[in-house]
Amino acid sequence: MHRTGELYGHFETLEQQKESATLGMWIFLVTEVLFFGGLFLTYTINRRAFSTAFGIGSNTLDITLGAGNTVVLIMSSLTMAMAVWSAQVGKKKLVSIFLIATLGLGTVFLGVKAIEYKQKYDHHLIPGHGFDMRYRSAHPTASDDLKELAREKQEVQTAIKSDPDINYHGQLYFSLYFGMTGLHALHMIVGAGLLLWLIKGSFVGRYTPQYNTPVEIVGLYWHFVDIVWIYLFPLLYLIDRHH
Amino acid sequence: MSEHIVSPKIYAVIFLSLMIGTAITVWAAFQNFGKFNIVIALVIASIKATLVVLYFMHARYSPRRTQLVIVCSVFWLAIMLVLTLADYGTRAHDLQPGVSRLTPRATSHFIQA
Amino acid sequence: MSDTLTTPALELPHKHYLNATYGSGLRSWLLTTDHKRIALLYLCSVTVFFFIGGVLATMIRIHLLTPGGALVTPETYNKLFTMHGVAMIFFFLIPSIPAVFGNFLIPLMIGAKDLAFPKINLLSWYIYIIGGGFVLYSFSTGGLDTGWTFYTPLSSVYSNSAVTPAVIGIFINGFSSILTGLNFIVTIHTMRAPGMTWFRMPLFVWAHYATSLVMILGTPVIAITLLLAGLERMFHLGFFNPALGGDPILFQHLFWFYSHPAVYIMILPAMGVISEIIPTFARKPIFGYSFIAGSSIAIAVIGFLVWAHHMFVTGESTYAALTFSFLSYVVAIPSAVKVFNWTSTLYKGSISWDPPMIYALGFIGLFVIGGLTGLFLACLGLDIHIHDTYFVVAHFHYIMVGGAVMGYVGALHFWWPKITGRLYPRALSRFAAIILFIGFNLTFFPQFILGYLGMPRRYHTYPPEFQVLNVLSTAGASILALGYLLPMSYLTWSMRYGKVAGPNPWPATGLEWKTDSPPLTENFEVTPEVTWEPYDFKNRPDLGLATGAPLPAPAHGDD
Repeated sequence: MHRTGELYGHFETLEQQKESATLGMWIFLVTEVLFFGGLFLTYTINRRAFSTAFGIGSNTLDITLGAGNTVVLIMSSLTMAMAVWSAQVGKKKLVSIFLIATLGLGTVFLGVKAIEYKQKYDHHLIPGHGFDMRYRSAHPTASDDLKELAREKQEVQTAIKSDPDINYHGQLYFSLYFGMTGLHALHMIVGAGLLLWLIKGSFVGRYTPQYNTPVEIVGLYWHFVDIVWIYLFPLLYLIDRHH
Repeated sequence: MSEHIVSPKIYAVIFLSLMIGTAITVWAAFQNFGKFNIVIALVIASIKATLVVLYFMHARYSPRRTQLVIVCSVFWLAIMLVLTLADYGTRAHDLQPGVSRLTPRATSHFIQA
Repeated sequence: MSDTLTTPALELPHKHYLNATYGSGLRSWLLTTDHKRIALLYLCSVTVFFFIGGVLATMIRIHLLTPGGALVTPETYNKLFTMHGVAMIFFFLIPSIPAVFGNFLIPLMIGAKDLAFPKINLLSWYIYIIGGGFVLYSFSTGGLDTGWTFYTPLSSVYSNSAVTPAVIGIFINGFSSILTGLNFIVTIHTMRAPGMTWFRMPLFVWAHYATSLVMILGTPVIAITLLLAGLERMFHLGFFNPALGGDPILFQHLFWFYSHPAVYIMILPAMGVISEIIPTFARKPIFGYSFIAGSSIAIAVIGFLVWAHHMFVTGESTYAALTFSFLSYVVAIPSAVKVFNWTSTLYKGSISWDPPMIYALGFIGLFVIGGLTGLFLACLGLDIHIHDTYFVVAHFHYIMVGGAVMGYVGALHFWWPKITGRLYPRALSRFAAIILFIGFNLTFFPQFILGYLGMPRRYHTYPPEFQVLNVLSTAGASILALGYLLPMSYLTWSMRYGKVAGPNPWPATGLEWKTDSPPLTENFEVTPEVTWEPYDFKNRPDLGLATGAPLPAPAHGDD
């Protein structure tokens, strides 16, 4: 996009330029749907085959952090939409404020994810050497709820009876957990970079009612990343909570 | 520019709906609806996604072409899922409970359950 | 365009995209955003990979001269056919026509100054180069022996070859494809000149629109699949490894979801080329324009519904196999529609046997054979017998080489005058086309027979009774090689010494032929306004094709 919102040489009108940018971003999002789609397919096939292991794996995730993150991300979608609105009605200061809020909420999300990943590392739930679904209940720490751990131990032991390979199928679950949330986080980091670029532009008042396409199309990207999480949350965190 | 400006009021309503949807999703996950737990979760997620697409992403106010692009992406994802499940779903089930399917030799360097 | 009786000596235009100076020489090429220059950057790079793939093919054919294997060890043989496949499919066939001719021609054909996103176009080429670099690194440090299909767990666990850099390279290259497709779709939607409605567009553009749909919808899936296989290899994950609870068939589903539509990425643009050449050299409007346009979209869509026909014998359920077999028969129908329409175009046309026409006619014949043998393979019972034999190899080479590559070489011959402003020797080029046709058939027809008799593919040895057919095939390959080397030589020669072509040497009716040869950087001095229907040879006074006047004979390169 041209710095001052003027026409690039190969376009005939500003309208054509804006139309092209928007259509281009939507088509890019189509490729992202199919990209994540491959992971969703892998998830579907593996969950069908190993529902017990997936249920137990899911129960090791912290539902408060997961739900909290969902709220945070949806809030960031709201602030992003408000940033676009602010540009459309010419409130330049609000554009910066909403963009910064979006970036802040996104950073909170990533921070929580980092905490969750660290928890998994501590509990020996990173796929590969040392992965063991019984580790946590066998090694309680001071901050653990003992009743919770006992329940988890019971759960794993029951599961082993019907699925002796629970540690392998559990690794498949966690590979997908890290793969899907990791890819999602990577997309959020790229989104954060785009937001930084937008914020920089908003400080010099670049986005106006006549020219706000960059905010609009980064918004489309950001909302898409939110939608992916809207599906990831129930699929990864809420598989088997009702037992 | 002949664009439709969506008002913050609508954004607020959509945001609240998304919050309610999230709450219902979590609540429903702790109830035992058997096979329907996953259906409920996915239906709510899809409603939330649709709201985001229609209002936050302005699809409701976008040209037909954009709406076609969105429908196509969902449709193609559905092709991939449905036709692959047409294979997996029509096979005889070979998973026997309580029986390990892995050979000890191949997995000896991992921790055995 | 004047008649041929008193043709004045033509001159190259004073200013055009090749001698435009903006910045110093090399920088102006490596930092260009002109779609025509980017097309030429691609032309050079895909030719390099075609050459690499060709050398590997030569080694394979020489090795197969004797039943015991004449040239290399079995492990090396595995690497030869794998690298041949990877180089040819991902780095030649998939980009070739779209990245060279699509890039060059689409803006010209629709009356635009450039594609919608010129910088992304250049980025696309750099991504291709980086991906290619990773793959060449893989080739030179241990090679690749998994087959171009990277089936797991061989590729993700057991192979000792340089799989990881190769999958990284192909992953990166996928984005080149995606960005090209994205650029084409947006351009065709938003950048058409006034009056250039959808149904006035050349069929070449329709073909590339359909191809771009496949690129956008399919390529991301191969990207995630190879990413998963690479992660599995690097971190010992278990998605596709049965020893860790994983499923190799899942890999195959994910892989073929892209790789089958990928073959339509390779053939649709070639079909678009044929749809341009046939009307031009039959001097007739194409028969059934809307059906050809619609069939391109139909192939793109239905092509996504047939992927598991590659998996009939690997363990998918019988019901799935039945479904995919039926759908594979359905996908042949739109292709057949095209063949009927091209043939009908020829009927009562005024045929001239110029080199592009010879390639186009060769395409039709060879594509029909390749396509029909695809139906043999789609038949479940028959596939049990011929799966993984040379029958399959012959089938896809008939389509890929007899179809797609002939389309590519035909496009080179048709649009060379527009791209370079020069004509090439007519007699020599017709001879080369026939050599190509003969060499191709001699190489690949024996392989149908070999496959039916049971010779497996991807084997470094074979029973002695198959030797005669293998020797015939290798002999044919040497003639085929000549058929490629000849155009490389005279086309290069023509860039300096060829006769000047003028704007419309054939003449043809597309908007690209209204510009100079070579065109200006901005393509058109004034944005054109389109008021004519496509392929309307009788009513184009602006091209000197007025009603009632005798049609001029095509330009000759060597008189």
